[in-house]
Amino acid sequence: MMPRPAYVMAYAGLWALLLASSAVAMTLGPAHISVGEVWGTVLHHFGLLPDSPVSRLRDAIVWELRLPRVLAALGVGAGLALAGTVMQVLTRNPLADPYLLGLSSGAAFGAVVFLLAGAALLMPLGAFLGSLAALGLALLIARLLGGATPSRAILAGICIAALASAGTSLLIFWSATGDSYREILSWLIGSLSGANWGDVGLVGLGLVLCAPIILFSGRGLDAFAFGDAAAASLGIDIVRLRWTLLAATALLTGVMVAVGGAIGFVGLVVPHAVRLAVGSRHRVLLPMSMLVGAIFMLWTDTAARSLFDPRELPVGIVTALVGAPIFLLILLRYRRVT
Amino acid sequence: MSGLVVQGVTVKAGERTILDGAGFTAPAGAVTGLIGPNGAGKSTMIGAVMGLRRLVRGTIAFDGANLPAMLPAERARLCAHVEQFATTTERLTVGDVVGLGRVPFQSAWQAAPSAQDETAVASALAAMGMATFANRLYQLLSGGEQQRVQIARALAQEPRMLLLDEPTSHLDIKAQLLVLDVLRAQAQAGCTVLLAMHDLNLAARYCDHLVVLDAGKVVAEGTPADVLDPDLLLRVYGVAATIVQVPGKPYPLVIYDSAPNTD
Repeated sequence: MMPRPAYVMAYAGLWALLLASSAVAMTLGPAHISVGEVWGTVLHHFGLLPDSPVSRLRDAIVWELRLPRVLAALGVGAGLALAGTVMQVLTRNPLADPYLLGLSSGAAFGAVVFLLAGAALLMPLGAFLGSLAALGLALLIARLLGGATPSRAILAGICIAALASAGTSLLIFWSATGDSYREILSWLIGSLSGANWGDVGLVGLGLVLCAPIILFSGRGLDAFAFGDAAAASLGIDIVRLRWTLLAATALLTGVMVAVGGAIGFVGLVVPHAVRLAVGSRHRVLLPMSMLVGAIFMLWTDTAARSLFDPRELPVGIVTALVGAPIFLLILLRYRRVT
Repeated sequence: MSGLVVQGVTVKAGERTILDGAGFTAPAGAVTGLIGPNGAGKSTMIGAVMGLRRLVRGTIAFDGANLPAMLPAERARLCAHVEQFATTTERLTVGDVVGLGRVPFQSAWQAAPSAQDETAVASALAAMGMATFANRLYQLLSGGEQQRVQIARALAQEPRMLLLDEPTSHLDIKAQLLVLDVLRAQAQAGCTVLLAMHDLNLAARYCDHLVVLDAGKVVAEGTPADVLDPDLLLRVYGVAATIVQVPGKPYPLVIYDSAPNTD
């Protein structure tokens, strides 16, 4: 849809926007810190600048609070956009998002179980285990129904999601008291508040492990455009590719959910927006979705933590507030051309 | 011999036997038509040759090579498949769709199509008379145009065997003739062409070789003039017909008389 030099320009533009956004986002917040101070602090910590240009407190705000938060937002956004793109192709369902097969409900259930069991610090682990358990169950049910085809997997996922949500509500209703409501709710909506270097490491690890597998499957994902039989007759080992990609996507989504909760709309809207602009060739669509997802998430999270200062919103509210209208616009645009 | 040789092929769906020891040949350089009523097993046969259906019994050889034992990618470089309907929710231009025909020739590390890929796509589009369509969106085309794009995609695979499942069934008559002319030209260039068909007169006009499937078995095989006779049509299709020879035309014409109630 675009000539090749246009892609190069688009990549360069998006990378520049990402770096500039990160620098600006780190200056925003209760403490006023300039772009120069931000870069100075970062360079100092990389050992490229002998003396820190700012006080220890401001240094800590940049290095311990804002930078990890910005990096976590970028990583979670990229990961969710990538996972959403893959789910939309694999299930041939334009409404698919990373949570389609019950992943987010499973994660919420796992997190709430861990929280109520008194292991609040291990909530991310509970979320991760819960999401994988939900996916495993959904695929198992699909298999028992006679083979894990896209439509069966979706139906089984809906079933698991409903069960897990009911379980979560039951647990909250039964036992949550005082502030744990708030904590659970913020987590269910999705929030990156309190993201630290440990979270950044987790998100990075998830991306490093899963993203290359997905990015190098662009050719196979292209072949899925006309369904399983068409992909198979183009020489794609569809069973192996589908399971490999489902596993990679589930792992990736599990990690993202563990860090940020069930942040909605990023994995649904970003792939559609990018597809509208560059078409469905996955060797272009996948990396572009990651970049756009990262930038989208960074700005929504920055808005979530700074717009209503000193109060902070769960970022899931902002992604939905921004994402839903964008999704509507995309639908209108699609209707015009189809 | 060169071409496709199918022997004793049995395929089941659950307990149901779809193909029951079916065998035939599709010679290289010829157009072979697979005919028979709905449910006779035509699509399943094409799927079996394409490696999409598991064989319970039987062998399928192409140019002497054992087709079911091949790696999928290897098979895709040899034979191309066009389905009856091909729809997508993806946003692809005609050029992108035809470019899918080059997937079997690309590695996962390849970021963009090679010069050879682009040549193959361009000449496939030209062969289908669709060179000016390259940048149009596939979803916006008519059914007939989409079918021609799918055939162009198959041609871009530069296959030695073309398998098509009722490629003309929802095309207008001109588009049907265009498609069949292209397939004839492919056969003349040495390709083995096998297509499932419903229109017996088009089959008689365009096929060198006909294979008649009925309830999973091959019940007749040969030139259209040999195969198409009133007894067979009554037995297989349950239709009374007259076969006439039109002066000046080398192929027979089927005139359908009635569908007698055989219950």
